[in-house]
Amino acid sequence: MTALELSRLQFAVVTVYHYLFVPLSISLSALTAGLQTAWWRTGQERYGRATMLVGKLLMATFAVGVVTGLVQEFQFGLSWSAFAQYYGDVFGPTLAIEGMLAFFLEATFLGLWWFGRDRLRPGLHLATIWVVAVGTLISAYVILAANAFMQHPVGAAIDPETGRAVLGSFTALLTNPVVVASFPHTIAGAFMAGGALLLAIGLWRWRDGADHGPTFRLLARAGAWTTLVGGVAVSLTGDVLGKVMTAVQPMKMAAAEALYETTSHAPFSLFAVQLPGWDEPWSLDVPWLLSFLATGDPTATVQGIEDLQAQYVAQFGPGDYTPWIPVAYWTFRLMIGLGVLAAAVAAYVLWRTRRGRDFEPAWFADRWLLRFLWVLPVLPAAAATFGWLFTETARQPWLVFGLFQTRDGVSPTLTPVELVASLAGFALFYGVLAVVWVRLVLHVSRRDPDPLLPEPRADEVDEVDERALEPTY
Amino acid sequence: MEIAWFGLVVLCWVLFSALEGFDFGVGMLAPVLGRDDHERGAAIRTVGPVWDGNEVWLVAAIGVTFAAFPDWYAALLSGLYVPMVLVLLALAARGVAIEFRGKVDTPAWRRRCEVTLAVSSFLTAGLFGAVLGLATTGLALDPAGAVVGTGLERTLAPLVSGPALAGAALGVLAALVQGATFLGLRTTGPVRERARRAAVASAVAAGVVAAGVGVAAGGTALRSAVVVVLLAVAAAVAAAWRSEGAAFAAATLGVVGAVVAAFTAHVPVVLPSTLDPASSLTISGAAASPYALTVITIGAVLILPGVVAYQAFSYWVFRRRVASERVA
Repeated sequence: MTALELSRLQFAVVTVYHYLFVPLSISLSALTAGLQTAWWRTGQERYGRATMLVGKLLMATFAVGVVTGLVQEFQFGLSWSAFAQYYGDVFGPTLAIEGMLAFFLEATFLGLWWFGRDRLRPGLHLATIWVVAVGTLISAYVILAANAFMQHPVGAAIDPETGRAVLGSFTALLTNPVVVASFPHTIAGAFMAGGALLLAIGLWRWRDGADHGPTFRLLARAGAWTTLVGGVAVSLTGDVLGKVMTAVQPMKMAAAEALYETTSHAPFSLFAVQLPGWDEPWSLDVPWLLSFLATGDPTATVQGIEDLQAQYVAQFGPGDYTPWIPVAYWTFRLMIGLGVLAAAVAAYVLWRTRRGRDFEPAWFADRWLLRFLWVLPVLPAAAATFGWLFTETARQPWLVFGLFQTRDGVSPTLTPVELVASLAGFALFYGVLAVVWVRLVLHVSRRDPDPLLPEPRADEVDEVDERALEPTY
Repeated sequence: MEIAWFGLVVLCWVLFSALEGFDFGVGMLAPVLGRDDHERGAAIRTVGPVWDGNEVWLVAAIGVTFAAFPDWYAALLSGLYVPMVLVLLALAARGVAIEFRGKVDTPAWRRRCEVTLAVSSFLTAGLFGAVLGLATTGLALDPAGAVVGTGLERTLAPLVSGPALAGAALGVLAALVQGATFLGLRTTGPVRERARRAAVASAVAAGVVAAGVGVAAGGTALRSAVVVVLLAVAAAVAAAWRSEGAAFAAATLGVVGAVVAAFTAHVPVVLPSTLDPASSLTISGAAASPYALTVITIGAVLILPGVVAYQAFSYWVFRRRVASERVA
C-alpha cells in the first residue's frame, strides 16, 4: 500500500474508533444531568443511584474519548501536513476555539462533578454536570462545523498566489447549512447510542432480579424513551440533511442510491441483489420516494452519477469524480436499517413495560430480545459508523469538496514504514482499550449502584497538623 | 500581531508543561512513594480531579499552534512523526489508567493501572523533553517545510541524538521534582515525608543535568541553564527545609524557565532547519492570515480568562491534603 492509502486507512481507523465513544459522552453527560436533576427535585433514591451508575459509565467513556480525541487533533499534522498547511487558516481557528471554549469546560467540570460530590453544595454540584453536558454540545457543533467545511466549503477564499485557503468569515463557517443540518442529526444519533446502552443495562439487571429493581427499571425505561425519541429525531433531521446534501453534493446522494442516470419520479431502492442470469441487479423499489427524499417533490428530477461525472469533468478537468458506489449504497442502507431496528426495539420494550408492568418474557420475541440484549447498544453505534463512512467516502475523491483532493493532502515525505508502525501501534492499543472499556462497563453495571450522596469521607484532612511533619519512623 | 500570537502559543505550551509536569511526576512517583494501596491511591487522588483539565492545555497549545502557525504545526508533527505517535499512545495509556484505576475494586486491577500510569508518565515526560530538545536544535527541513529521509529512521533516528536524550533526561527529572514537591504539598504522613526526600534528590539531579546541558550547548543556552540550575537548587533547599510551597514554586518556575528558553532560543526562527538556514521556519513565514489571527485573538481574550478562573476554582475546591489512612 502507498503512504496515501495507509494514511487514509489510519485516519479512518482512529476516527471511527474515536466516534464510538463520542456519542456516548454527549448523551451520557446529558442523561446524567437529567437524572440528577430528577433526584434533586424529587429526592427519590432510584434517581440518585441511576445518576451514579450512568455517571460512572460517563467517566469511563469520557476518558477514552479524551485520549482518542487528542490523536485526532494531532492527525492533521502527523499524516496530513499538506492539508494542514493549505487549510490551517480554516481548520486551526476552529480547533483552537473548540479547545478553549468547550473542552476546558468539559474536562474541568467533569473532575469537579466526580470528586466534588461531598465538597460542593447540591445545587452547584448539579450545575457542574450540566456544564459538562453543554460543553459536549458546543464541542460537537464546532467540530461538525469543521467537517461541514470539508463537505461544503464556505467562509473562505483561495489565495491566488499561494493557492492556500484564507479564512474570510468565521460566522459563515459556523452557519454553514451543512452543519446547521448535521448537528441535530448527529446529536439525535448520539442520544440513540446512550439510550440503547442504558436500555440494555437496565433490562439486563432488572430481569436479573437485582436488588435495585426500581433503579434498573428506571434505567431501562429512560433508555428506551431516549432511544425512541432519538430515533424519531434522527429520521426527521436526516431527511433535512439529505435535502441539503442533495443540493451541495448531488454526487453523494446519487451514489447513495446507485442512481446512474438522471431520473424524474425516481424510486428509492430498499435493497438490491445481483441475481444469477440477470444483467442488472434486482432491486426492491419504492416508487417516487427518492425524488421526494432528495427534494421534497415526488415528481422532481434527480441527477444521476453519469451526468454528474460529465459535469465535474467539464468543471474541474479530467478525472474520476465518482465515489465508491457499493460502499455508498450499502453504508447508507445499513445506517438507516440499524437505526430503525434500535428504535423499534425501544418502542417494543416501552410497550411491554407500559403502566408499571414487569418485563415478563412471555413471548418468543421477549426471550430472543433478552438473549441478544448485548447487541442493542451496538446498533446505534454501528448505524453512526456507517453514516460517517457513507458521508466521508462518498465525498471522495475530494478532501474539501470541489477544492482540494484527498491525494494532495498527505504529508509529502511520510514513509509507508512509519505509517505501518503507527497503524499497528494504534490498532494494538485501541484493541486492548476496547476490551478494557467493555470489561469496565460490565463491571460497573454488575455492581449494585451506589447512592449519589456518599458517606462522609475520612481520607482528607482540613488543616495541617504540625506533628505530621515529623517523620514517624 | 504574529509576535503576540507567538507569545500566546508559548504561553499555552508553558502552562501545559507546568501543569502536566506535576501530573507526570505524580504518575511516576505514586507507585514508588506509596507503599500500600491506600498510600498509592492518596497520591494519585491529588491529581485525580485536575489532571484532565491540565491536559486540555495541550489541546489548546496544539490547537493554537495549528491556528496561528499552520506551517510550524505541520512541520513539527509530520517531521517528528514516530515520536509524536509514541507521545499520543503514552498519553492515552496514562489518561485511561488514572480514570480506570478507581472504577474496579480489586488490588490486582489497581496495581496494573498504577504500573501503566508510571510507565506512560515516564515515557510522556521523556518524549516531550526529547521533542523540545530537538525543536531547539532543528530538524532536517527541506524548503517545503517537510523532514526528508527514508523509512522509520526518518523520524526515529533523531530520538537517539544528543539534544533529544538531554531533553528527555531533563523532562523526566523536571517532572519528578514537580511531582515530588506537589505530593509534599498535597499529602500527609509517610507519603509526604518520602515525597520530600524524593524532591531533594530529584532537584539535585535535575540541577546537575541542566548544568551539564548548559555547558555543552554554550551561548544563550548557558544563560538559561544558570537560571534553571539556581531554581533547582532553590527547590532542593526549600524541600530540605520543609518549605513545601516554596519548593513547588521553585520547581514550577524552573519548568517555566526551561520551556520558555527552548521556545525562544532562535527567535524569530521557530523551527531551525539543519540542512539549510533558508529552509528554517520563522514567525512571519509560518503564520496564518490576519483575519484568522483576529478570530482566535478575540476568542482567546474572551474565553481564556474564564478558563483560568474556573480552573483556579477547581484547585481551590480540591485544596485540602489527601490522607492515606482510611478511617472505617
